[in-house]
Amino acid sequence: MLEIKNLHVKLEEEDKAILKGVDLTVETGKVHAIMGPNGSGKSTLSYVLSGRDGYEVTAGSAVLDGQDLLALEPEERAAAGLFLAFQYPVEIPGVGNMTFLRTAVNAQRKARGEDELSAGDFLKVVRAKAAALKIDAEMLKRPVNVGFSGGEKKRNEILQMAMLEPKMCILDETDSGLDVDAMKLVAEGVNALRSEGRSFLVITHYQRLLDHITPDVVHIMADGRIVKTGGPELALEVEQNGYTDILAEVL
Amino acid sequence: MAVARVRSAASEARLAGLVLPQGGAWLTAARGAALDRLTAMGLPGRRDEYWRYTDPTTLVAADPVPAALYDRGDEAPAFDAIDRLTLVFTDGVFDAAASDDLSLTGVEIVRLADAGARDIHWARELYGVLEARGQSPVARPLAALNSATATDGVLIRVTGKAAKPVSLVYRHAATSSDAVLHHCIKLEPGADFTLLESGPGAARFNTVTEVEIADGAAFHHIRTQGRDHERRVATHLFARLDANCRFKTFTLTANGVLTRNEAVVELLGDDSIAHIAGAAMGDGGFHHDDTVFITHDAERCESRQVFKKVLRHGAQGVFQGKILVKQGAQKTDGYQISQSLLLDDDCQFLAKPELEIYADDVKCSHGSTSGAIDDTALFYLRSRGVPEKTAQALLVQAFLVEAIEEIEDAAIAEDIRDRLQGWLARRMG
Repeated sequence: MLEIKNLHVKLEEEDKAILKGVDLTVETGKVHAIMGPNGSGKSTLSYVLSGRDGYEVTAGSAVLDGQDLLALEPEERAAAGLFLAFQYPVEIPGVGNMTFLRTAVNAQRKARGEDELSAGDFLKVVRAKAAALKIDAEMLKRPVNVGFSGGEKKRNEILQMAMLEPKMCILDETDSGLDVDAMKLVAEGVNALRSEGRSFLVITHYQRLLDHITPDVVHIMADGRIVKTGGPELALEVEQNGYTDILAEVL
Repeated sequence: MAVARVRSAASEARLAGLVLPQGGAWLTAARGAALDRLTAMGLPGRRDEYWRYTDPTTLVAADPVPAALYDRGDEAPAFDAIDRLTLVFTDGVFDAAASDDLSLTGVEIVRLADAGARDIHWARELYGVLEARGQSPVARPLAALNSATATDGVLIRVTGKAAKPVSLVYRHAATSSDAVLHHCIKLEPGADFTLLESGPGAARFNTVTEVEIADGAAFHHIRTQGRDHERRVATHLFARLDANCRFKTFTLTANGVLTRNEAVVELLGDDSIAHIAGAAMGDGGFHHDDTVFITHDAERCESRQVFKKVLRHGAQGVFQGKILVKQGAQKTDGYQISQSLLLDDDCQFLAKPELEIYADDVKCSHGSTSGAIDDTALFYLRSRGVPEKTAQALLVQAFLVEAIEEIEDAAIAEDIRDRLQGWLARRMG
């Protein structure tokens, strides 16, 4: 369970508050969606939770299954079960995708006191999971995300998620830059990972991703706060009427 | 390029004090000629344009600065797992007891110290000859000094495909050793030969290697310059290529107070290729200089220079690379990249890329960059659970990949990668 309480965050380099008291609880096994207009702080929330530099937490807490996330290094958060699917997956020339995946999987296993996967076992698992996402052997061999299309990059994020088997998955605008078919493929990958022990926080601008990944709870974020919470119907309301009415109602 | 040279009293005194080694009619003559060249040009000083970024004082002084012996612990020697013919030089002197027999199918190997007394015509036509050609348009006094004073080294002639690589292993035993080695390698038409070098093994080390490559021959050279922290090294690799040749050289340098590696390559026959690559890692008191001069004097030749340096804690890197395309060298394809990864704010990388082109149908490109580790990539790796130090090491290796890819032999490339990982684990782990 992810519990965020009264989270206040400002940019490190300037005196600009981005998150102004976020309260959010994602129960284990549930899928929550966060929608909101540009600049509402959705991506900042995902970065702060995963430990990116450049932000300063001025108040509040974020706890994953009893562990204080904000006290951990990014790699420790990952080992604790947190995963962020990036809005813009990073290209890393010179590092093979397979090397990257194996290093990550084994680093997390090691951090949790588990045995590392043998090369053979790893290969078997990665091939099966890659095939389900239509990621071919050639893509696995190439340097991480280098020369990948937008859709390939997002599928590669989901492959990493499938390999790392996190408890808490944050998807930051995973639908951006995807055509309908690519979005379906990504959504299927996500749905295959839904389970009782795994929670999701899906950040998106649009309802259409939520047609494929049905959320249990939908939150609306505006000006650094969760301003409204409801069921899947809330996303439909946004789709039909935009944010203006909702924001006028709550602010 | 005319390079102004500045004569100093110290240089004059040092040259006047040189005593040439004796032994062998043709060698004595070659040494005398080299001394004449050296006397005419003088020793390099800090005010020479070609030594602007690297201080040659300790390389030209009468005596070497002592260097503590380095204990490499349980680290395996370079190329340990490679099937090779090993020749050992301790403090610059051939160590027959530690070496394999000088016998290899398709390869003739003679120790330089034994060669003077014999009339080996091919060696005679090579010793000091490529070095002398390489003195223009830029003077290389340390190479002439080497030709004049070297007493040991190997002369290798390859007539076919060598059964295995020849591996020159340099061991350091005395803290004040001053080694001067001179190697000559002649590849007959169609020959195929790999030279490995590991070391260096002396407080001060000056090597010249002259390589003549005849039509259709292939020469591969992979060198590791070890981690002896206090050593000082100047190397020169002179190569002359006929038609349809392949020439590939790669150097891995880790540490050392001072390293200057010069490569001087002439492409004289059509359709040949020359690739010169280097990966250097310096931490602390480290100065590493790659100086390259490639002359295209034939059609449809390809040259590639790929140099990467990883610097930390005040380490300095230098790259001086030139491509000269002569009139008539049409369809030349020249590429040059020099890059440094600066791991902190204390280190420095100085690059001087030069192109001089007199043919009108050529493709030449060059680039030079300096930068820090990409924070975004670092965060991406960490967000996947990779610890910061491991992530940094992975990104350093990724940075060096393009240079290491120049090694064709998979087993040798693996050996180099292992060495690199060992260094990163010790230094960054």
